[in-house]
Amino acid sequence: MDFPLRAYGYYLASYRRVWRGSVVSSVVNPVLYLTALGVGLGTIVNRGRSPLGIPYLDFVAPGLMAAVAMQIAANECSWPVMAAVRWTRQYHAMLATPLRARDIVAGHQLWVASRVAMSTTVYLVVIAAFGAVRSPLGILAVPTAVLVGAAFSAPIAALAVRATRDSTFNALFRFAITPMFLFSGIFFPVARMPSALRVVAYLTPLWHGVNLCRNLTLGTAQLWPSLANAGYLLLWAGAGLAVALRAYRWRLVR
Amino acid sequence: MSSVEPTLIHARGLVKRFGELTAVDAVDFDVRRGEAFGFLGPNGAGKSSTMRMIGCVSPPTGGELSILGLDPVRDGTRIRARLGVVPQEDTLDNELTVRENIVIYGRYFGLSRREVRGRAERLLEFVQLAERAGDQVEQLSGGMKRRLTIARALVNDPEVLLLDEPTTGLDPQARHAVWDRLFRLKQQGVTLVLTTHYMDEAEQLCDRLVIMDRGSIAEEGSPLELIRRLSTREVVELRFEGETPPVDAARMNGLVARTEVLPDRVLLYTDDGDALVPVAHEQLHPQSVLVRRSTLEDVFLRLTGRTLVD
Repeated sequence: MDFPLRAYGYYLASYRRVWRGSVVSSVVNPVLYLTALGVGLGTIVNRGRSPLGIPYLDFVAPGLMAAVAMQIAANECSWPVMAAVRWTRQYHAMLATPLRARDIVAGHQLWVASRVAMSTTVYLVVIAAFGAVRSPLGILAVPTAVLVGAAFSAPIAALAVRATRDSTFNALFRFAITPMFLFSGIFFPVARMPSALRVVAYLTPLWHGVNLCRNLTLGTAQLWPSLANAGYLLLWAGAGLAVALRAYRWRLVR
Repeated sequence: MSSVEPTLIHARGLVKRFGELTAVDAVDFDVRRGEAFGFLGPNGAGKSSTMRMIGCVSPPTGGELSILGLDPVRDGTRIRARLGVVPQEDTLDNELTVRENIVIYGRYFGLSRREVRGRAERLLEFVQLAERAGDQVEQLSGGMKRRLTIARALVNDPEVLLLDEPTTGLDPQARHAVWDRLFRLKQQGVTLVLTTHYMDEAEQLCDRLVIMDRGSIAEEGSPLELIRRLSTREVVELRFEGETPPVDAARMNGLVARTEVLPDRVLLYTDDGDALVPVAHEQLHPQSVLVRRSTLEDVFLRLTGRTLVD
């Protein structure tokens, strides 16, 4: 059925107003981050014998790419979902037409996946331009990033559609998104953390995304561990979709 | 004449509960093709809940409901494809243009881009917004937004147009502009179903209406019929300076059928206002006297003991 694509059309039309700024920042951001962290901080980290065995740029770049997927998913499924329920009320507009709650969920999630795919493709190109993609398998980091996005976007949308205050999102970013960004093995290997924290890191979808993206761009990916990473992300995405569908019905069809 | 028209919406014993609260308590009604049917009642009477059930976005808790011969729970998608909905709160995207709002909405119905563009032009013409087509919705006045919402609701060429409080919050001029468009639609044979807490709106637009109060239907009929049946021809309104004196209808030469004492005025229901005025002056010494025709407001007051708009 093309119903989810009909809902998708709304996001596309809204994006048409802002695409220029969005494209510019999706190029400028990776350049800034890779310069500051990969090149700048890297000159200190790499000094003498690099403890990682590879240049810091090559280590940090794929992790940042996975983090961007999370960031976009969190941004696109927090305030915009609340807006569609309460401010633009666009979900209600959709529901007055043949579209159903499941089409509304699917349309929005598809849109977020597109945004993640666009931005992380640019990210990968920039990483390659910095010479930090060491394997042709690195191209698979983009679908991996899309999976990371889905692992966050669906559960966050479920939270957002039920949220009554936007302080919910402040808590989400403060207690989930930011700590994950810092402690999911993007900037340093989680093996360096105390074992209790390490277990927490392994439970986050972001660590699995970071690990898989990194193994793909470095050319160190092994089949079964990679499938386990991808499977864990799929689990979050699938469970998130199921929860989101229930939450959307609860909020919109009552 | 209208009794031979087929029934488009049929409800028997329709119930909607939210937890402990019973919003709609076993209502019966039938809407026939081509008529303008109204739900009149104060805020919280259950009108919007009823509308949401008809709009297939709120499953009934109990009773029977069929829309266009279909079941709203099972066939919601098919029914909504044939409805137009003007919700109480705007669902326009303020950042998009007037035209884009219609085009995107039309796409939800699966209309081709080409088709929906053509329809958007015609509909904007119809609601007199053609010259604003390229403007952001944000720049429109409340009345224009309401007309845009009506245009948008017509994009799928609906058989039934549902309007929830179509002119609430609009100034008198904007209200008349909306009524005028709705009147045209009615002439074109579109079935209108609307809720309102304005008795003048109900009188202007509705062929038939039900008066709702606290989840139940109190009465049903055409505006004129309801007024004839449940009120007198005229009403004399008295206002007083200071205390309202006790009013004894029995002492008014048999001219007063019924009295209502409200906080700010006294209503004397009569079939001969002109004859009653001097009597009222002489006995009650009001500060001001007004003679008017009975309205649905008076019907509502009679039925519920309360006014429509507080």
